[in-house]
Amino acid sequence: MNKVKELPGEAIVAAAQTPSIKNSFLAYAQRVRGGDMGALPAVLGLVVLCAVFAAARPSFVTAINFANLFTQGAAITLIAMGLVFVLLLGEIDLSAGFASGVCAAVLAVTLTSAGLPWYVCMAAAVLTGVIIGTVLGTLVAKVGIPSFVVTLAAFLAFQGLVLVLVDEGTNISIRDEVVVAIANRNLPPWLGWALYAVCVAVFAAVQLRRARSRSRRGLVADPMSLIAFRVGMLALFAGLAVAALNLERSRNPALVSLTGVPIVVPVILALLVVWTLVLRRTGFGRHLYAVGGNTEAARRAGIPVDRIKIYAFVICSSMAAVGGIVAASRASSVDPNTGGSSVLLYAVGAAVIGGTSLFGGKGRVLDAVLGGAVVAVIENGMGLMGYGASVKYLVTGSVLLLAAGVDALARKRAAAAGLR
Amino acid sequence: MTPLLEVRGIDKSFGPVKVLHDVGFSAYAGQVTALVGDNGAGKSTLVKCIGGIYPIDSGQVLFDGEEVQVHSPRDAGELGIEIVYQDLALCDNLDIVQNMFLGRERKHGLLLDEDSMEELAEKTLSGLSVRTVKSIRQQVSSLSGGQRQTVAIAKAVLWNSKVVILDEPTAALGVAQTAQVLELVRRLADTGLAVVLISHNMNDVFAVSDRIAALYLGRMAAQVATADVTHAQVVELITSGRSGELGLKNGVTP
Repeated sequence: MNKVKELPGEAIVAAAQTPSIKNSFLAYAQRVRGGDMGALPAVLGLVVLCAVFAAARPSFVTAINFANLFTQGAAITLIAMGLVFVLLLGEIDLSAGFASGVCAAVLAVTLTSAGLPWYVCMAAAVLTGVIIGTVLGTLVAKVGIPSFVVTLAAFLAFQGLVLVLVDEGTNISIRDEVVVAIANRNLPPWLGWALYAVCVAVFAAVQLRRARSRSRRGLVADPMSLIAFRVGMLALFAGLAVAALNLERSRNPALVSLTGVPIVVPVILALLVVWTLVLRRTGFGRHLYAVGGNTEAARRAGIPVDRIKIYAFVICSSMAAVGGIVAASRASSVDPNTGGSSVLLYAVGAAVIGGTSLFGGKGRVLDAVLGGAVVAVIENGMGLMGYGASVKYLVTGSVLLLAAGVDALARKRAAAAGLR
Repeated sequence: MTPLLEVRGIDKSFGPVKVLHDVGFSAYAGQVTALVGDNGAGKSTLVKCIGGIYPIDSGQVLFDGEEVQVHSPRDAGELGIEIVYQDLALCDNLDIVQNMFLGRERKHGLLLDEDSMEELAEKTLSGLSVRTVKSIRQQVSSLSGGQRQTVAIAKAVLWNSKVVILDEPTAALGVAQTAQVLELVRRLADTGLAVVLISHNMNDVFAVSDRIAALYLGRMAAQVATADVTHAQVVELITSGRSGELGLKNGVTP
């Protein structure tokens, strides 16, 4: 087979040739050393933060607080998931926070003033997001205004739009059972376990099927041990989380029982799976990475660059709408501050802390979820420690800067190592 | 023998600047044709006209003896003309397979058919006897210059192309990598492709080409068999447009 003479000078880096647990770890370690940190900072940060808060405030590790973390971080995580698409292009959407506010206001107004059913109102909110994204994306891609400027302008304009929608500053409360349930109600414990079982089973089935089809074609396939390891880790951690969320967390269980996985968790998981599938396994996702990595190469490959950019902004604003719905649900109301103040920076921070690059071309939807967890833990833990808003802002700002610094340094390091 | 690709009487101006004057050029299947010329001689312009990036002002393009119209890179691609540009146009953040199929991914319904793409990429690379990459699933950012050039060339031949035009493929490479890429260029021609090699490097040209076409100030000075000329003659053609009996008379007519 190897009749052709190997030319000298082309040292082949010998490492993970065959996938196995050990080689996967080795390859990962090599990537990290080469500057591609991926989700490592987020995971490490999460562990350290949790350890610190748990040591300082025992109430951090209670069932009720654990459930709070999810509902607290949900809206920001959802916005961050959408932001990943725009960040992958190397663009930014500064208006995502107030876009979520506008969409939440649309939801509230259609629910209360128009009295429409909840599904129509949610569809209207998401549609508002789609329209916002289309406008922003068109201005960036077709007109050619830098996304920073377009979305900064939108950031201001949307604040005004929210004020118009909520009648110059009134607080619209939401009473619709379904909308309120998203962030405030839980799945029955049995349903939580059932969903858990389905998720693990589907994950295992997908992995097995993939490995089998690859080995049938004679391609390098993951061995059983690696698949079992992955499935086992997922089963372990997800199982622990479900078990913890199914604990009784009511102060007075006799009066009212409070158990189960918050409804917003399966919502986030479903969107995570869908968007990951879109990014990793569809032509659109591939082209998005290509445009973020090398726009000129993408253009020459015949990829409609402008259209890809517009779609990315549409996805970002639509996810902001979903985040706005969840935020409105959690507060059971919408006011001019919904999606305002620190929401956007927290969302960008979540994406970047998770390992999405601000320079484009690198990032996953999972990053937003991991980063969102870090942001939620900081916010929650600082609150428990009794620090006020001032310290929270300072700490979150520093963490965002740290994450962006890690990203920039990793990039430099990769360049120095000749990887870019 | 009819050339696989032939252009006749190509004129091309950018505004008041006439870049190509009545240029004729041919490339034959199974041969490496070196396109040489000094900076500004019009090599890149000629290639871009052939590739459909620039429209030609006048002249004919013949493919396999028949006149064709090339108005866009897509037209060129459909004829089987692929150009590997100097900057390679690879996405660093994608792996080798993803780059090779960029913009022309194979799909299973909505989802990408990764396995069949990987299989075909593997086949193409081993067809070119490329064995220097550790995994075709590694990111292009981790490849050396020579390996990137190899990937770019493999990308060009993946699509049943008949003419492959390489713009200075060895300009940024070290000695060993240059040798490797030149060997690949030779292999491409040996598989029956018409290869056009743009180069500044006389050693490369003489090492690998069958024919040499020298451009001088937008005019085709000479198209000769590599075996018939010496190093010095080619350098003269490049620098002054003529060499003894060869080349342009009075700097204009061939």
